[in-house]
Amino acid sequence: MSGSKSHPEAKKTGPRDFVAGYLRDIPRSGIRDFFEIVSTRKDVISLGIGEPDFVTPWHIREQAMFALDQGATTYTSNRGLIELRRSISTYVEKMFGVNYDPESEILITVGVSEALDLAIRAIIEPGDEVLYHEPCFVSYAPEVRFAHGIPVAVSTRREDGFRVTRRMLEEKVTSRTRALILNFPTNPTGATLTQHDVEEISAFAKEHDLVVITDEIYSELTYENDRTSIAAVPGMKERTIFLHGFSKGWAMTGFRLGYACSTPELSEAMMKIHQYIMMCAPIISQLAAVEALKTQADTEEMRSSYEKRRNFICAALNEMGLPCHVPQGAFYVFPYIGDYGLTSKEFALRLLDEENVACVPGSAFGACGEGFLRCAYATDLEEIKEATVRMARFVARLRKR
Amino acid sequence: MDELLKLLRHNALESPKNLARMLNLTEEAVKTKITDYERTGVIRGYQAIVNTDQLDVSLVRAVIEIKVTPEREGGFNRLAERVSKFTEVESVWLMSGTYDLLAIVTGRDLKEVAFFVSEKLATIEGIVSTATHFMLKTYKSNGVLMEVEKTHERLKVSP
Repeated sequence: MSGSKSHPEAKKTGPRDFVAGYLRDIPRSGIRDFFEIVSTRKDVISLGIGEPDFVTPWHIREQAMFALDQGATTYTSNRGLIELRRSISTYVEKMFGVNYDPESEILITVGVSEALDLAIRAIIEPGDEVLYHEPCFVSYAPEVRFAHGIPVAVSTRREDGFRVTRRMLEEKVTSRTRALILNFPTNPTGATLTQHDVEEISAFAKEHDLVVITDEIYSELTYENDRTSIAAVPGMKERTIFLHGFSKGWAMTGFRLGYACSTPELSEAMMKIHQYIMMCAPIISQLAAVEALKTQADTEEMRSSYEKRRNFICAALNEMGLPCHVPQGAFYVFPYIGDYGLTSKEFALRLLDEENVACVPGSAFGACGEGFLRCAYATDLEEIKEATVRMARFVARLRKR
Repeated sequence: MDELLKLLRHNALESPKNLARMLNLTEEAVKTKITDYERTGVIRGYQAIVNTDQLDVSLVRAVIEIKVTPEREGGFNRLAERVSKFTEVESVWLMSGTYDLLAIVTGRDLKEVAFFVSEKLATIEGIVSTATHFMLKTYKSNGVLMEVEKTHERLKVSP
């Protein structure tokens, strides 16, 4: 990772470096580094896995097999199967209260990851600034930089339950700010926004004429509070790109299926990129997704199971002296570990070394994640129980020293 | 259904302390609720789910469809209760459709079950006919798969 901005002269000893300078400057994901350490070890209990431990519900898998059986092995239209877009339109209206036209406002993508890339590329000119809240999913800042934009982090705090507020945003906005990325419920903190927060942020976005990209991938996993989406605030649909997908709520990570809902103009712009780089999302995944949207029973059952595991792990962490707020969404808890004189990376490495429990250091999700640990509870309850026993032992030892 | 019952149906051995953590209740409250369920009979008992196919024991199980003549005043209940009382009978249900009672009967071997049906069951007054089907292999029982599926392993750490 050289800091040089231009192609360097070939070093006398090594081969010529053909990698673009801007790309060399973008660091690898901290999660990737940690994964490589963990994968060398045996018998690790991992609370580091950001995907459901459920297998995709059987009726969805069965439909995917049937699709293959029927010879569904072709391209689909660039936008995706109209049948699926209609189902998504109905679902989004029912669950979020926003109506999107399946013909012109919905685009099926290869995961929310592709949708996010399309959204950013569709609206960012080189040098434009994009606000995003930290700690956050690892892709936002790099994706902005791939589009030659400037990512501007807005730090959120434990005291606020890691919500982002208008005041925090006002401190970072400039005349070059073009967009704001929101992700609630948040990976890695599990934070959610209240209706009041969402309205305040909407007013901010309107005042500064920003596009809001809202990543709603965890919205099915919202616990006590109601779901709130900024897209549903009056006057926001026009300036919002609503991203969602099937990975978390339906346990379909490997199907790689997401979608972007926006205005016809933005949708057409994203379509333009999508048709050249991706053509279309895999047809088998699309047909499986049609089946997935036929019932809400699966997502509800999984949500209920995660909720109990969340309650369990929060209680256990607080009991052992790692204070954590009770997250209202997603499947992560983000306990504070700063009382033991270790950085979050040191803490995570020693926990791994001494007790064979893997958690991701909070610093992998942005500078303000320092002092925290991300524990994913989308793991078998028996493993969570054993992990918390080991962690309690580890913390007790740290306290003695 | 009460979340506590759902958790116990899933794993009856879960400790009150862990149940309390999951349900945001105190341990005492969980214990009281369980005692109440046991006292009122909502919880009838706790059993292990055993895959008998894996054991080296002789055990046959049969499903028996029973047609009965309902009795004045007693309806199906008196006969169903009579059938239920045999220790050979594991479960009994009143059914809609072409027969009335469905019983699951166990025995050491085919002969024992056949003897029970012909000598004990079929001779009860009010039982019109029986049809016996022997079970060959159990794939799933009480919501539990008998053969542990090899699940695809997830990456150890992911974003």
